[in-house]
Amino acid sequence: MAMKEEFKFVVVGHVDHGKSTLIGRLLFDTNSLPPDKMDEVRAASDSAGTPEFAFVMDHLEEERENLITIDTAQVWFKTDKRDYVIIDAPGHKQFLKNMITGSSQASAALLLIDAKEGIREQTQRHAYLLSLLGIKQLIVVINKMDLVDFKEDRFNELKTGITEKLNEYGLSALHVVPISAKEGDNLAKKTDTMPWFKGNTLLAYLDDLKAGESDVDGVTRFPVQDIYDHDNEKVIVGKLISGSLGAGQEVIFHPCGKSATIKEIVRFESPKTGAAVAGECIGIKLEDGIAIKAIKRGEVACDVDPSPMIGTRLVAPVFWMSGEPVEVGDTIEFKCATQQIECKVKKINDRINSSTLEMIESEAKELCDTEVAKLTLQATDYAVTDSFDLVQETGRFVLMRDGDTVAGGIFQ
Amino acid sequence: MKKEPMDRMDELEAQSIYIIREAFYHYKNLAILWSIGKDSTVLMWLVRKAFFGNVPFPALHIDTSYKFEKMYKFRDEYAKKWNIDLKVARNEKAIAEGMSNEKKFDCCNALKTEGLKMGIAKFGFEALILGIRRDEHGIRSKERTFSPRNEKFEWNYKDQPPELWNQYKNETEEKSHIRVHPLLHWTEVDIWYYIKREEIPITDLYFDQGDGKRFRSIGCEPCCGKIDSCASNIDDMIDELENTNTSERAGRAQDKEDATTMQKLRALGYM
Repeated sequence: MAMKEEFKFVVVGHVDHGKSTLIGRLLFDTNSLPPDKMDEVRAASDSAGTPEFAFVMDHLEEERENLITIDTAQVWFKTDKRDYVIIDAPGHKQFLKNMITGSSQASAALLLIDAKEGIREQTQRHAYLLSLLGIKQLIVVINKMDLVDFKEDRFNELKTGITEKLNEYGLSALHVVPISAKEGDNLAKKTDTMPWFKGNTLLAYLDDLKAGESDVDGVTRFPVQDIYDHDNEKVIVGKLISGSLGAGQEVIFHPCGKSATIKEIVRFESPKTGAAVAGECIGIKLEDGIAIKAIKRGEVACDVDPSPMIGTRLVAPVFWMSGEPVEVGDTIEFKCATQQIECKVKKINDRINSSTLEMIESEAKELCDTEVAKLTLQATDYAVTDSFDLVQETGRFVLMRDGDTVAGGIFQ
Repeated sequence: MKKEPMDRMDELEAQSIYIIREAFYHYKNLAILWSIGKDSTVLMWLVRKAFFGNVPFPALHIDTSYKFEKMYKFRDEYAKKWNIDLKVARNEKAIAEGMSNEKKFDCCNALKTEGLKMGIAKFGFEALILGIRRDEHGIRSKERTFSPRNEKFEWNYKDQPPELWNQYKNETEEKSHIRVHPLLHWTEVDIWYYIKREEIPITDLYFDQGDGKRFRSIGCEPCCGKIDSCASNIDDMIDELENTNTSERAGRAQDKEDATTMQKLRALGYM
């Protein structure tokens, strides 16, 4: 029996626009809800008074009591084509860092809008954040169509509105779909409530999305994770994040600049014997002659040509996720692939309120929780990076303070 | 150059190995929690893969004294075969006092959670690798890959640190510890596909022994219920799991005491 492909997507949008109900409904309509869970949901819901699909995701006691999602969780469902993982992300501003954590694992996003309420604060914020996270595949779902009598005009009004907004952030929706999660219209099957909609069901559109594939034919990037002693030889271990690596291949380690030839790809009890491809975690042994002492965690083995970007000045838009603000002059840790470099914050520009998406100031002294700004960092050592479109793993980074992630961004 | 493409199993395996190696790099006082079940044995296998056949840190078994006889045998056999530095932790006091599963919450708390605390206090581990998965239970699905616990073993689920991409929490405060979950993104059937592919040794308690029943999930004998199943080999098992809707832990009595039992247990340090 062959395993089906797995596809992860995140559902985002304003609080109370029906995310949890949508998810519950997707599981229900694809027969993915276990019978004992259905019983559990019914039993828990009856004491609250209302049967709610939302209980499928909201497992924390506090979440059920207050009917609000606090942290991200995942559930599974399947169609004939493939297995899906739905990442539910909290909508409330208070839990933004949890929404970002969840979204960072997704290959696509569903942006949910309540047909009656329209585009709200979270709707905009989430769309904007998705662009900063590098999520390119987006489906806009106009929910609760039952509350607006399934009117085509209202759908078109919202479709135009959101398309304009998304454009501002350099995003575009692959599809805009009208549904009613509660009633089950146009999710898994078409009903006769919206005959004017000529597009497909949400599930059909989901099945069409492309799974993110590691770029086997891309440039070679092998960030050194660690070095082990094995059979009296040094083995460099790490994850090949892009391209391929095989015995006899020549590489250059950056930033130290040392060239080397791969002697052997080391695996343990693996049926694979050929070159390693993007996504694999391997060990490599190098031909004698290379000063292995120069190679340490953080170095990145690359093709001889072309080089990645190597420098100490790092500039990128960043979303801040800590209650403690950052100020110009602060020291912060930059983490990209396996590199960890101490940096000084030189400039904070284009400081934006991520709810209203208004510019607070173009030159700022500090950046606070849930805000976005273009940061200029001066690194104390050379950093090896790529544009996100070329290589994802070296094109994105987090900033850490005291061992915790406080911000993230991508090099656009 | 011949290139062999990655399939879903390869990707899951690679991600887990990456996580295990990250934990090893950042936390020198590390241990793997081995419950001898299928998930933690797969985890042990992945550790051996990550370190080319070695298990370079201790394995901690929290023994409640109520485990199946077969599990104890399996543990001892493979600890020897795989050269594992095995440490067993038991809440001797509670066991001597006859702690039983009348009140499941209290029993799990005393024999497992307290047992774990004793183990950590005795050996001073700053990080633990565990084989829990998101799809096992809604509460576990809220977890982070590297998840901190304070000195009271409490899980601050209301305010977890952000975790993006492959960047994990790499420091821990004094007296607290970090839980590392390399199997978080695996599903139950993924585990069995991997066991099959790798030919990982697993206790036969999971299979039908001829009476039309088997254990889908294994823990302490008194609280484990069998399910109706004729799956006597892995292929049948996988077939059954691909076509079922019932949840894996449906037979585990301790989760069922009340709707929030699992959450309460986990907030106090349970696995």
